[in-house]
Amino acid sequence: MPKAKVGIVVFPGSNCDHDAYYAFKDIIGADTKFLWHKDGAVGDRNIVVLPGGFSYGDYLRCGAISRFSSIMKDVVRFAEKGGIVIGICNGFQILCESGLLPGALLKNENLKFVCKTVSLKVENNKSIFTYKYAIKECIDLPVAHGEGNYFCSEDTLTELIGNNQILFTYEGENPNGSLRNIAGIQNLKRNVMGMMPHPERASDGKLGNTDGLRLLQGIAESVI
Amino acid sequence: MYIAKILTTLRKTILDPQGKAVENSLKSLGYDNITDTRIGKYIELKIDAKSRAEAEKTAEEACKKLLANPVMEDYSFEIIEGGE
Repeated sequence: MPKAKVGIVVFPGSNCDHDAYYAFKDIIGADTKFLWHKDGAVGDRNIVVLPGGFSYGDYLRCGAISRFSSIMKDVVRFAEKGGIVIGICNGFQILCESGLLPGALLKNENLKFVCKTVSLKVENNKSIFTYKYAIKECIDLPVAHGEGNYFCSEDTLTELIGNNQILFTYEGENPNGSLRNIAGIQNLKRNVMGMMPHPERASDGKLGNTDGLRLLQGIAESVI
Repeated sequence: MYIAKILTTLRKTILDPQGKAVENSLKSLGYDNITDTRIGKYIELKIDAKSRAEAEKTAEEACKKLLANPVMEDYSFEIIEGGE
């Protein structure tokens, strides 16, 4: 059994926190706990998950208010010390707002909330997040977002490409108009990852799709 | 007491699909002379400061830290005296 101690951060308005908990706890069997945003500390957790949802009602900008919640100070400290942090959907938006990942997520190009399963290509499988996939492997994961249009400056994009920080791109149809079809990236230190699609919603065989399970398993097993 | 009237807009280099949709509506109303429609946010707040310079400093910091995201937004503000 992996020694992973997963902490799922719960903000007011998070709504994929239980899906992430179920995937890590019940499917993978990892020691998993919720971390209420006001408690302010990561504690003994060695993996932190910022789940999807609409934290603080997406007021001002998605993720902008959550970034200043008391637990995020400790999440930033934890990440700077090399701790593993993953942000899914709203979690990705929070990571960009907090500066743990570069860039920002704009409104979808077609202005619509997109809720469907999309195809992704694994662009880099030499990360602690994607090593269980083959390079260029195509997987299907659900997306559900209105602001998933990844954007960054040209300089940042050059760095992302040069440093192999792009982990997933949309294959075929791009649901939100993101730059270079980007769906998920990691930071330069390779311990923080953000993605718009939902691996936790594709981790239980009974629900049909398990393409996201290897990602979550990989992260859990990367902790020794 | 000062009032800060703050505007944030998507940076000029970023496509603004909301602005484009609104502009298409305006064009369908016959306003062929309207172009470059951009949608932003207006934020108004009161600042208890001893001087206009101090109020400006506070507004600037608030924009930089929270109200605007420099990756995608530009901001501008106006400070006026007033408020209770």
